[in-house]
Amino acid sequence: MAENQAGEKVRIDETLPSELESVDAAEETVVGIATEAGFPEDELHRIGMAVREAMVNAVVHGNRYSARKRVRLRVLEGPGRIEITIGDEGEGFEMETVPDPLSEENLLRHSGRGLLLIQAFMDAVDVKKMGTAGTEITMVKRLSASGG
Amino acid sequence: MSVKLTTRQVGDVTVIDASGRITLGEGASHFRDTIRDLAGKGHKKLLLNLGEVSYIDSSGIGEMVSSFATVTNGGGTLKLVGLNKRIKDLLQITKLYTVFEAFDEEAVALRSFA
Repeated sequence: MAENQAGEKVRIDETLPSELESVDAAEETVVGIATEAGFPEDELHRIGMAVREAMVNAVVHGNRYSARKRVRLRVLEGPGRIEITIGDEGEGFEMETVPDPLSEENLLRHSGRGLLLIQAFMDAVDVKKMGTAGTEITMVKRLSASGG
Repeated sequence: MSVKLTTRQVGDVTVIDASGRITLGEGASHFRDTIRDLAGKGHKKLLLNLGEVSYIDSSGIGEMVSSFATVTNGGGTLKLVGLNKRIKDLLQITKLYTVFEAFDEEAVALRSFA
């Protein structure tokens, strides 16, 4: 497997259809890679859940289940870290427009907690609106930070 | 495995034993329909036992919140019991521990309805 200059290996770089089955498939794939990378069980759960939430955002809110749109999943494994990128082809959104799920008036809202959970479970999260090409979220988890 | 829900009556409290996964799709919608059905039939005191639930995602949390609102708006009460560490963590992260009344032991939870 080829490594880049930072010593990172591309473990997977593929596109998935915009359907719920892709959510399970992506979670399973990434947890498998993280397991091989040596993450402990509790962190595997957090990584898997972050991937699930990001995939749901991409499939449901980004691509809106469109059969013409794909979800990109890329996983880089570097020394002591894993970097997961999930991108959709939706209209994109501005982070500033996302209601704060922790404010009193939003606590009983049905949805809007996915990004909060991703940020809680991962060490670094970056959300980019990709112009006309949707939204891309990059999430990093470090082994050292997990005590693994 | 999706979520499996069974109900039992303990005095005037309806206990809903959940097991499996409450996640987007079949699991979350089955959960929502079951709680709405119970509330619609006049069950006012509901205790949701999450002891055998292995996984809840944000959609599952959303259904729990909606169910809480449905039951409360109908004059009822929905409480939780049997939360594992992961579910407790979720309630902490989302601040929903301020919304749900949760118990470790079923007997204590049942007494709280009196």
